[in-house]
Amino acid sequence: MFTWVALAALILFSGLSYFAGRRRAAGLQGAPVSLHSLPGYHGAYVALWAGVPAALLVLLSAGFGGPLGEVLVRAAPPAAISSMDAFQSDVFFDDALAMSRGQQASETVYEGPQKAALDAAITKSRLISDLITYGTLAAAVVLALSGAVLAYPRLARDFRARNRVEGWIYAVFLACSVTAVLTTVGIVASLVWESLRFFHAVPIQSFLLGTEWDPQIAMRTDQYASAGAFGAVPLFAGTFLIMLIAMAVAAPIGLFSAIYLSEYASALSRSIIKPLLEILAGVPTVVYGFFAALTVGPLFRAGFNALGAQLVGGEFDALGQYLMQVQNQMALVAGAVMGIMLIPFVSSLSDDIINAVPQSLRDGSLAMGATRSETVKKVVLPAALPGIMAAMLLAVSRAVGETMIVTMAAGLQAKTTFNPLDTVTTVTVQIVTLLTGDQEFDSPKTLSAFGLGLTLFVVTLGLNIIALRIVQKYREQYD
Amino acid sequence: MPSQRDDAAAQGPKIKIRARDVNVFYGEKQALFDVSLDVPERSVTALIGPSGCGKSTFLRCINRMNDTIPGAVVKGRIEIDGEDVNDKALDPVVLRARVGMVFQKPNPFPKTIFENVAYGPRIHGIASSKKDLAEIVERSLKRAGLWAEVADRLHQPGTGLSGGQQQRLVIARAIAVSPEVILMDEPCSALDPIATARIEELIDELRHQYSIVIVTHSMAQAARVSQKTAFFHMGKLVEAGATDEIFTNPKDSRTQDYITGRFG
Repeated sequence: MFTWVALAALILFSGLSYFAGRRRAAGLQGAPVSLHSLPGYHGAYVALWAGVPAALLVLLSAGFGGPLGEVLVRAAPPAAISSMDAFQSDVFFDDALAMSRGQQASETVYEGPQKAALDAAITKSRLISDLITYGTLAAAVVLALSGAVLAYPRLARDFRARNRVEGWIYAVFLACSVTAVLTTVGIVASLVWESLRFFHAVPIQSFLLGTEWDPQIAMRTDQYASAGAFGAVPLFAGTFLIMLIAMAVAAPIGLFSAIYLSEYASALSRSIIKPLLEILAGVPTVVYGFFAALTVGPLFRAGFNALGAQLVGGEFDALGQYLMQVQNQMALVAGAVMGIMLIPFVSSLSDDIINAVPQSLRDGSLAMGATRSETVKKVVLPAALPGIMAAMLLAVSRAVGETMIVTMAAGLQAKTTFNPLDTVTTVTVQIVTLLTGDQEFDSPKTLSAFGLGLTLFVVTLGLNIIALRIVQKYREQYD
Repeated sequence: MPSQRDDAAAQGPKIKIRARDVNVFYGEKQALFDVSLDVPERSVTALIGPSGCGKSTFLRCINRMNDTIPGAVVKGRIEIDGEDVNDKALDPVVLRARVGMVFQKPNPFPKTIFENVAYGPRIHGIASSKKDLAEIVERSLKRAGLWAEVADRLHQPGTGLSGGQQQRLVIARAIAVSPEVILMDEPCSALDPIATARIEELIDELRHQYSIVIVTHSMAQAARVSQKTAFFHMGKLVEAGATDEIFTNPKDSRTQDYITGRFG
């Protein structure tokens, strides 16, 4: 609440500073020497100094003021609670902080010196919280006023307000991109940190090279459970198998539809087909998931079972028996539906790349007496090949990261198999099953999710880097 | 309209291309109006005129490249050796093997120099063996005056050549399929004066074997390389005749104004 009021006041003040700065600059205007910058820039210069530093302070205080207060309260435990163990003293401070904010405390009853200590802690907490609030307020007022007061007199006919404002804008853009980078760094750091904890419990070589995946381990000593096995090979094999099936569907269909759209389609059919493909791209993956699980799965199963029934008793009896037992959930279903999901992705990327091939090359080939398909095969595709390769690699990294379809349509059993009719599981699916529900976050079971996540991240990062490098090389050819 | 009728009798050599009453529409817009023009064999015919006058459109009618533009409609008759190019029975792919084209901007394929020249012979199955193909490539490059410069780097990308070399490479590519006619759409407009002089020299050599139609913005170039000149204006053929005639004694005042630089 305080933050919002403070920010609104700052915006108002900053706006007023803008008009003041502009007016002063307009007053300086005159022959023979004109202003270096338009009056608006002078106004903006004053407004930025009046508003931005103070606003940053208010936001910082809103973000970190609370935690800072807590740390200060907890920093000096009173004598009365020094006898408590760590857990009890934690509860004590939690209660003190909660009561100082008027929130629900625990049901612990404090008596005698502890009650006095609690009251003292509550008072101290309120005091610190008030200090932070009003301190911020005062500092913000000082910052805003001094910003405006220091910036205003600098306005002069030859003052380069335009360039100064440019500097501010540069800083804003820089801050935004730094935020994105820092977030990524934070995610990677947490992945690496937790993975290190996991690799403490499970050696990295047995994780990367082990062939058995069975993360169920005993949480208590009296519980019966297997010792747990964390070999990621079956998961990566499953991921790879499903990715292969998906790309076998998406690569040809996506590429060929892109060729149709960019080389053959009339303007009319292009204007119909392209938006339809984009709709396909907008379908949530969970919808593809139940399409796979409820429609495609049973359909494939019925097909394979019927085929098996034909073969039983004949030359391929064993194959027939096997096909009769095929279940709804199999790698083929998940892979095929994932391939359909990737078609618009592949086709729209490839379409852009094919369109980037200069028309003059097509004209040159057609004028040589080549047909359209010869032109596509011999000139357009070779020219677009690096870009198409990059598009395929991006599709692969999406296939590897896809979770929902596989969760619903491929089963959950970790098997090292390349039989597309078998149930398999993938890295992402295991991460989901490891981390859903109530879990404690320090057993190897849950930590293994970070190990998987890190490995997956490294793989997709590698693919993306290769793809981007290829695209860059390709761009250099035509610019 | 006598001014739009080409005076074929004035031309000594045999007529290679005979265009009669050609009208071209791009959608609603008419780009060419009743153009009739004869192109003599084994000589250079220059099409001149201000931008947007329809000279490139006319050029693209000859090898039916207008087919590749959506909404383009060509009416009238264009004959090459008496054969109508717009005949339904005629395959434009075969036509384009007989009528080569060189574009404004050099457009070598992103392949090696050798593969660029071998492109046409390969798709039309002209070479009977690898040796034969290599001979065709060498002969074409020699004829385009590029052989000496690229003989030792045939297997490097054609896009690595200079602009003038690229333009000679695509001329070599065009003559590799032994066309009868070569169309050139402002072939020197992207080149520096030295490369331009080199190409003009080449055009002058090539005319002994091919019938060449060249669109150009440079009046000086038309005067230098062509034997016949046709002046287009606003989609109409204003005047056509022997080049020295057109440049020294134009019949139409618009031609006079254009070649003396009063507009265009």
